[in-house]
Amino acid sequence: MLAFILKRLAQSVLVMLVVALISFTMFRYVGDPVASLVSQEASIADQEQLRERLGLNDPIVEQFFRFVGNALQGQFGISYRLQQPVSELILSRLPATIELAFASATIALTLGIILGVFTALKPQSPVSGGVMAFSLVGVSLPTFLIGIALIYIFAVELQWLPSFGRGDVVDLGWWNTGLLSESGLRSIILPAITLSLFQMTLIMRLVRAEMLEVLRADYIKFARARGLTDRAVNFGHALKNTLVPVITITGLQLGSVIAFAIITETVFQWPGVGSLFINSVAVVDVPVMAAYLMFIALVFVVINLIVDILYYLVDPRLRVGGARGGH
Amino acid sequence: MRKTFTAIAATLLASSVLVSAAQAETLRWARTSDALTLDPHSQNQGVTHTFNHHIYETLLDRDLEGNLRERLATDWYVKEGDDTVWVFELREGVTFHGGEEFTAEDVVFSIERAKSENSNMRQLHADVESVTAVDDYTVEFQMAGPSPLYPNNVTNTFIMDMGWSEENDLQSVQDFGAGEENFAVRNTNGTGPYVLTERDPDVRSVLTAYQDWWGEASDVTEIVYTPIADNATRVAALLSGEVDLVQDVPVQDIDRLSGTDGVKVETGPENRTIYFGYRMDDEPLTSSDVTDENPFANPLVREAMELAIDREAIRQVVMRGQSIPTCVNMPPFVNGWTEELDACPAVDLDAARALMEEAGYGDGFTVTLDTPNDRYVNDEAISQAVVGMLGQIGIDVTLASRPVAQHSPLILNNQTDFYLLGWGVPTFDSAYIFNDLVHTKTDDYGTYNIGLYSNPEVDEMIQSLGTMTDLEARDQVIADIWEQVQEDRVFLTVHVQELAYAMRDDMTLAVHPENQPSMVDVTYE
Repeated sequence: MLAFILKRLAQSVLVMLVVALISFTMFRYVGDPVASLVSQEASIADQEQLRERLGLNDPIVEQFFRFVGNALQGQFGISYRLQQPVSELILSRLPATIELAFASATIALTLGIILGVFTALKPQSPVSGGVMAFSLVGVSLPTFLIGIALIYIFAVELQWLPSFGRGDVVDLGWWNTGLLSESGLRSIILPAITLSLFQMTLIMRLVRAEMLEVLRADYIKFARARGLTDRAVNFGHALKNTLVPVITITGLQLGSVIAFAIITETVFQWPGVGSLFINSVAVVDVPVMAAYLMFIALVFVVINLIVDILYYLVDPRLRVGGARGGH
Repeated sequence: MRKTFTAIAATLLASSVLVSAAQAETLRWARTSDALTLDPHSQNQGVTHTFNHHIYETLLDRDLEGNLRERLATDWYVKEGDDTVWVFELREGVTFHGGEEFTAEDVVFSIERAKSENSNMRQLHADVESVTAVDDYTVEFQMAGPSPLYPNNVTNTFIMDMGWSEENDLQSVQDFGAGEENFAVRNTNGTGPYVLTERDPDVRSVLTAYQDWWGEASDVTEIVYTPIADNATRVAALLSGEVDLVQDVPVQDIDRLSGTDGVKVETGPENRTIYFGYRMDDEPLTSSDVTDENPFANPLVREAMELAIDREAIRQVVMRGQSIPTCVNMPPFVNGWTEELDACPAVDLDAARALMEEAGYGDGFTVTLDTPNDRYVNDEAISQAVVGMLGQIGIDVTLASRPVAQHSPLILNNQTDFYLLGWGVPTFDSAYIFNDLVHTKTDDYGTYNIGLYSNPEVDEMIQSLGTMTDLEARDQVIADIWEQVQEDRVFLTVHVQELAYAMRDDMTLAVHPENQPSMVDVTYE
């Protein structure tokens, strides 16, 4: 068990280093930070001097190792754009992104499972047909379009919900939350729905497919033969057995919800790390971009590690499989 | 039922407006991006200056016509008997938000800070050799030579309190290389009409009226400033009543907003031209199929291009009416502008084709046009339109569109044959355009002379402008330079960009030519 975890950890470190290297090589092509830092009046000599001070003239390998060295000490430098420490900026934006990600995951999971079970149990019902057709819209419409449509319906026309921002935020010292104020709760509804739509349809279709599969299995037929109630068969046996892949997918999707909330955050001016990243890309704020990419890599690595460990604990076959080999 | 409800709501709203008209108003102000820093001398950037103008003040600023206006200085003149010294007389009875009195030593300190190594404002004060306080309310600027237009350079240099700054180690401006944050990035102490009470960069800032401000108190007693990056969301926030003022209105939304009840749009020209430039030296172009010579070096080709561009069509179709076509690379506010320079020749494709034929390019040639796609109003669409227009006279243009972060390095490193750029003139004088765009590229001049235009006679005239004190003679030199620039067709100018502010229809805020509106000027009905 320990050896397994250590091995996984070593792999994770390697992944992080590769991500850092790739992102650093990419920064060469996203533009010149100096061009956005200096004013129209700055002379060429001034620009060259700033480039030298920022260490942008050093070989890319040297810049890379300097970055890794500083990152290991928890230092990501100062944002070129906002002139504040990068780690502080990211930490102050993180609660917004995480709250949004969890709110949307909750919506996606709840509605996804309920609708998935319903469409599997009543495949002939016209409601199921409607839900399935709607789910096609969910997977095929781009996020920004859904977001803008929701803004126009609920914020501009009906004026029920705010169109942007996070509302009033309560500062808990180590965390700031929008979930404790009325305006905060109202603000999270539209972005959470926008972000959840794709995941929700994914989960719904997954649950439906798995459920249809399981319902044909022998043990379900036996259960019915034993005279168990529909409720016990459908939820006690069938649903339980469909949930293993659903949990895996949800876990992995949580990572991408955090990482790819960028578009939703931009459309709703949600003050999370995604919008911070987009604003930084526009002016080639390398310190923020580097730190953000490292952070996202970390999120994925940690989630994968946890999933791997969970598998190891849950599925006995994995544990012995390695030792015995060749099944 | 719905109607009754709306009617009641409207009545309530109307009555609250009536009651509060002469009193306190909170103004919710949204624009694309946030101020980058509150440090007054760290960034020379419009959005940052506009925000900081509410907290800090400058010696002089500009009115809506672009004229210099007194602010912390009440009078300014060249010292009698010494034309290398500028004297500024300061306003008395001004206090900083922290209670400190504003005196001459604060001006000396601030100008020296703006001149220091890491300051982004230093170029504007490069000719200042020293600043001295003669008495508490008089300051003398010793210039390197006669500098008749220097006061134009102080309109964005903010004055800080010396005592407060020294207490917080603010003598120098933020150094990016050192990786440390300067106290002034997040903390302020100005003399301006508003005090910063809340600041969350990129999210929300709150300013409240400064009770002891020297000027006349404004109707706006509180400002809530929210950057909203997405165009559709920003407009939606105004339509849903969540903000009162949107400063950056996309041109395609102007018509719709003007037609919406409760919302109005103010438009006006910005102090910025949009133009195309081409490499004019003798080296062959890197992106063309003509490999033995540079077609743009041929004056006939440049003339043909001038005749082929339909600026009126660009104004109507691409800009939806929100631009002022011009054929001189200078907005109308700028000293040196005349109607004759501004006038465009009629579009004449036949004449243009004949010129191409005469130049030996009857079969045309290919070239790549580099354009930004997120910097100026509809920049990419303007370029697309020009690609089509030039295609009609045989110039086969490939469009390379990039975000400004990638477009700027191409420009600054002269890696382009043909490009689109916008140019603002913060000093409101032609010399600013000549220094950077027309003078031969050297260490001190011609930083943005991407076309590599070079004319020693013009260079000499440009350099003489810096120290000429006889303003009439100087204006004549400016006119002579423009004549040469127009004759050589150094720029293919398209238009002056217009700005649009959208707001609640019971308030009024005029468009500022530098896009630096002050919320003090907002009035309510």
